Amino acid sequence: MSLPATTWQTVGPFFSIGFSWLYRDNLAAPNVSGERIEISGRILDGDGNPVPDGIVEIWQANSQGKYAHPEDPQEKKVEAGFTGYGRVPTDVAGSFRFTTIKPGRVPGPDGSLQAPHLEISIFTRGLLRRLITRIYFPDEPSNAQDFALNLVDAGRRGTIIAKQIDVRPGALEWNVVLQGPGETVFFDV
Amino acid sequence: MSRTPEYRRNLPGTQPPHLHPAYASSIKRAPLQPLVRLPHTLSEITGPVFGPEIADVKAFDLTRQHSGEPIGERIIVSGRVLDENARPVPHTLVEIWQANAAGRYLHSNDQHNAPLDPNFTGSGHAVTDSEGRYRFVTIRPGEYPWGNHHNAWRPAHIHFSLFGPAFATRLVTQMYFQGDPLIPFDPIFNCTDDEKARNRLIAEFYWETTIPSHALGYRFDIVLSGRESTPMETHAHGEKS
Repeated sequence: MSLPATTWQTVGPFFSIGFSWLYRDNLAAPNVSGERIEISGRILDGDGNPVPDGIVEIWQANSQGKYAHPEDPQEKKVEAGFTGYGRVPTDVAGSFRFTTIKPGRVPGPDGSLQAPHLEISIFTRGLLRRLITRIYFPDEPSNAQDFALNLVDAGRRGTIIAKQIDVRPGALEWNVVLQGPGETVFFDV
Repeated sequence: MSRTPEYRRNLPGTQPPHLHPAYASSIKRAPLQPLVRLPHTLSEITGPVFGPEIADVKAFDLTRQHSGEPIGERIIVSGRVLDENARPVPHTLVEIWQANAAGRYLHSNDQHNAPLDPNFTGSGHAVTDSEGRYRFVTIRPGEYPWGNHHNAWRPAHIHFSLFGPAFATRLVTQMYFQGDPLIPFDPIFNCTDDEKARNRLIAEFYWETTIPSHALGYRFDIVLSGRESTPMETHAHGEKS
């Protein structure tokens, strides 16, 4: 027996009523291992205007490359204080910010390892369904072999690699361009 | 040989495009480049796990979040969360939000000239039971005007957000009410080509959950992406994720 999946609808402009109880802009409790990172950025529309009614959701592995999920078969430890889930809204300037730890490498296709990355969902008024993308890390040698990055035209890969923004360790910037020049790479998942 | 058993891709026409010009807000926000098809890996077949402890057990009843009762028609909205293989999705988080009976959201950006209700916030959540069932008690939301086009009105609707077992199974949708005359004119409802897929967003009146002298029942079943092959079949083929 097979059923068709329910169709998506936009989150609309008033999602904070339903989403705010689960806002999490700090994914890692103080005891969680790994390199602390702070990722900030903006969501911009096709005219370069900020998107003040957007949501970024994050899903990631811990610093050992282990997902806190029953279907992760790796014999690595899940850490207390780290679920790997985050949810942050944009503000009036279209800006968002969250802190977490840099994830480890996780298995990819055919025995490969993926480069460290965060899975990202973007929701805004005007998006009829979510946009899916990833955030990769700068100065990460394993990016060159990452199978998902290599699915993307070389000229667009930079849109899903965060940038070091200042001398503070772990301070990264990653912007989302929904449409037009510099459009962020989005995935069909 | 490790091939991850993927979640199914959506059937053509059963999901909205990103650009749907009749919904004006999509025009400057829809990506124009083609999406890059990503084979599912461990990153997509896992996803956030919310145990029952996350849910406030009272959050399923939107009529009891304040000292008084909200204005409006009490309703029971319930149903099952299933996957495409018709298996229940147990213990998964369901979030809802909606306007009040007058068609006004408790949100600073909602400027519709209709009263707020001090006894109604309009948000709730629940975790499905072992059979994938959920149930909310709320009030029927009002229709309201919006600025999409001349004389535009949204049909009454309740927003739903679900996670399912994986990053790949996330769903945000809206539930409509059987018989609402505004539905055929709504560009958001109409954004999906497939008429049957659209109509599955309309909850039907349901005697079985209607409570005598208290509240009408509406039934809304939700289907999340399912596995291409069931875990049992996967095991039989000797594959491991």
